[in-house]
Amino acid sequence: MSAQVRRRLRTEAVVLPALGVAVAVAAVELAPRLGILPRQSFPPFSEIFGALAGLLGDSELWGAVRDTLSSWALSMVFAILIAVPLGMAMGSSRVGALLMRLTIDFLRPIPSVALIPILVLIYGTQPSIKVALATLGATFPLLFQAMYGVADVDPVAKDTARAFGLGGWSRARRITFPSVVPYLTTGLRISASVALILVVTGEYVVGVAGLGREVLIAQSGGAYDRMYAFIVATGVLGLGVNLALLAAERRVLFWHASQRGQGADE
Amino acid sequence: MLMLDVSHLSKTYGSGSGAFTAIGDISLSVVAGELVCIVGPSGCGKTTMLRCLAGLLPPTSGAVSLDAQPVTRPPRQMAVVFQDYSRSLLPWLDVVGNVTLPLKAAGVRKPRRLALAGDALAAVGLAEHAHKYPWQLSGGMQQRAAIARALAYQPEILLMDEPFASVDAQTRAELEDLLLDVWTRFDITILLVTHDIDEAVYLADRVVLLSGAPAIVTESLTVDLPRPRDQIATKEMPEFAHLRAHVFAAVKAAGDQARRDAASEASAPDAAAGVAVGPDAAA
Amino acid sequence: MTDSRAGRLVLQLVVPVALVVIWWRTSSGSTSFFYPPLSEVIDSLREDWLFAQIPTDLVPSLGRFSAGYLLAAAAGVGLGTLIGLSPRLRLATQPVTEFLRAIPPPLLLPFAIVTFGLGNDSKILVIALGSMWPVLLNTIDGVRGVDPQLLDVARSFQLGWRMRIARILLPAASPKITVGLRTALSVALILMIISEMQGSTNGLGFRVLKAQRSFDTAGTYAGVIVIGVVGLVVNLGFLAVESRVMRWHRGARGLLEL
Repeated sequence: MSAQVRRRLRTEAVVLPALGVAVAVAAVELAPRLGILPRQSFPPFSEIFGALAGLLGDSELWGAVRDTLSSWALSMVFAILIAVPLGMAMGSSRVGALLMRLTIDFLRPIPSVALIPILVLIYGTQPSIKVALATLGATFPLLFQAMYGVADVDPVAKDTARAFGLGGWSRARRITFPSVVPYLTTGLRISASVALILVVTGEYVVGVAGLGREVLIAQSGGAYDRMYAFIVATGVLGLGVNLALLAAERRVLFWHASQRGQGADE
Repeated sequence: MLMLDVSHLSKTYGSGSGAFTAIGDISLSVVAGELVCIVGPSGCGKTTMLRCLAGLLPPTSGAVSLDAQPVTRPPRQMAVVFQDYSRSLLPWLDVVGNVTLPLKAAGVRKPRRLALAGDALAAVGLAEHAHKYPWQLSGGMQQRAAIARALAYQPEILLMDEPFASVDAQTRAELEDLLLDVWTRFDITILLVTHDIDEAVYLADRVVLLSGAPAIVTESLTVDLPRPRDQIATKEMPEFAHLRAHVFAAVKAAGDQARRDAASEASAPDAAAGVAVGPDAAA
Repeated sequence: MTDSRAGRLVLQLVVPVALVVIWWRTSSGSTSFFYPPLSEVIDSLREDWLFAQIPTDLVPSLGRFSAGYLLAAAAGVGLGTLIGLSPRLRLATQPVTEFLRAIPPPLLLPFAIVTFGLGNDSKILVIALGSMWPVLLNTIDGVRGVDPQLLDVARSFQLGWRMRIARILLPAASPKITVGLRTALSVALILMIISEMQGSTNGLGFRVLKAQRSFDTAGTYAGVIVIGVVGLVVNLGFLAVESRVMRWHRGARGLLEL
């Protein structure tokens, strides 16, 4: 590849995304002003941006972020505690897998939001509802990833380890676990995304404290620029969580990959 | 009468210091009805050349013409059989579907499509497997399907890029004989690129020898062996051995030269046209 | 026990059957408001859902779901193909798509309600807009990942651009696209339910919400079960279609037992 081509590609990689963003911003700015979208209910970009900027200094935003994130974190902990052991057990035992298969296949397609009415009926509008919801939704992706991860462990490696007299725990540590880790990190990322969505959904639909409820409040009060500002904030939070997890995953797997390299020489 | 004419073809990838010249200057012509084999050392740009001839890759300079018409995009009278059949047959279509797809694109009506496909499949011996999927067939059968697809298209000239490189020796012998049979039966012209010297001498009317990159034609050898060729009888002939040895020596010399050139340029402190991109990239 | 087909079936049924039995036994004499006897739930199911509420609620729900999903599929595949084919377009649209897809789909509901009101069209728009992303992103991936050799084959046999897209590009990308379509199914289902819980006059979500608000516990449970069954059936339907249409892909990867 010649130097000129490389230079052109580098400029394009910066200019084109910027152009895309500019076009999108212009569209959001002009559509309400030109009447393509109704002006009263869809504020132009500048107003949304202004509201968002105003929110940044507002304790309401950060309080809501804290509420949302803490529920999200809690639901992730629960999901991990349930999904990882269960998934690994199901992946390593044929009997275990068969026992749980039908139940899991039946429960999996049930939209967790369908449970909102029951939870509200029984528990009222409590914050724990969104944790329950998010836990349920986040468990399944992680469960399946754990299952696939364990099932994917190289059987030759396992046999070799056993032939060399490595005990169960040693085998788990040196053979099974390193093989499962990439699957778990992928599962964690998917689950994290699902959990965040469900936490915010719970806040919006049920009206419990958090970013979702701020959207609801702004919507009911007709403060649409604030409403969109909060929606944007939620999107940014989601992006942030995903990017953070991606970075963490890269570090974990980098460490893991080099450790595996060492392990081969031991 | 000339069919395919290649005049001073050259192809250089990139420009400036990162440039790699795969083809230096290739001129050759193929007469209608000939079976020509092109041989050269590994990485000499054989596949690049074939893609230029097929109209898939624009050359840097030089001209390719078919029936006196310049080739700038894939011409209708040309069909190509690629080396990797598993990546050239469509896995979501059965054999008949694959064979008739180019005809469909050409606007041929269904009854005629099926008739042409039937003839082609019968010629390559795949008639009973017409409704199987490529992944249900062995490597040799898949390549037969690719050949059938090219035949059903009714080309005047068939270009083949190392078509038998990915099958085992026994299958290769069967496919070589199949090719000869199909060549006479369908009365087409064939230009076949190969690295297998035995195969080149066994099949060809003429063997064209290429040097290493930047490739040029070092020799064009007429193969005078009698037809029809036979895997045992022909290969036992002393003329076969002579030709084979000659070609082998030429290819080896070209390969050695290419290695020497690469080594000297790597050690030269300010090489003007450095081989920055490896030879493997071209082929 | 795992070796015989019957044995495997028994193992699979043990837990579900046990759960149902436990549910029945623990709830049968219950006077608790929150945990009605299973028999009452079944009664509610029978009276309301078989068959009165099927035309009034199930059908409109499924209608909106289908319309939204098909829109999402068409838009996702169409736009995804365009973007996947053009590296420049991909670069330009990437930041915007990454941001828009990070917005939780249910939060598209306020946008639709506020801008387009509470009608049917608004709900269909939400379903379509929210479930489009997995299809779009997977289509882009799939189109970009098409083996360039297949495109060489297409060109060498003079396939026009229409045939190249319809018969080479899209089939080659279809395994990835199918994954996106499957994810979109779940998202569409969720959005269908949530959209019916806000200012609706019919639908599955509406019914369940109504039962909850009138403190009809058995009816609420019944509604949730119906939603679960719908989700299950829709998924099974998708799997059935996929296993037929994508059979070639499993075969090509050596996963078919022939």
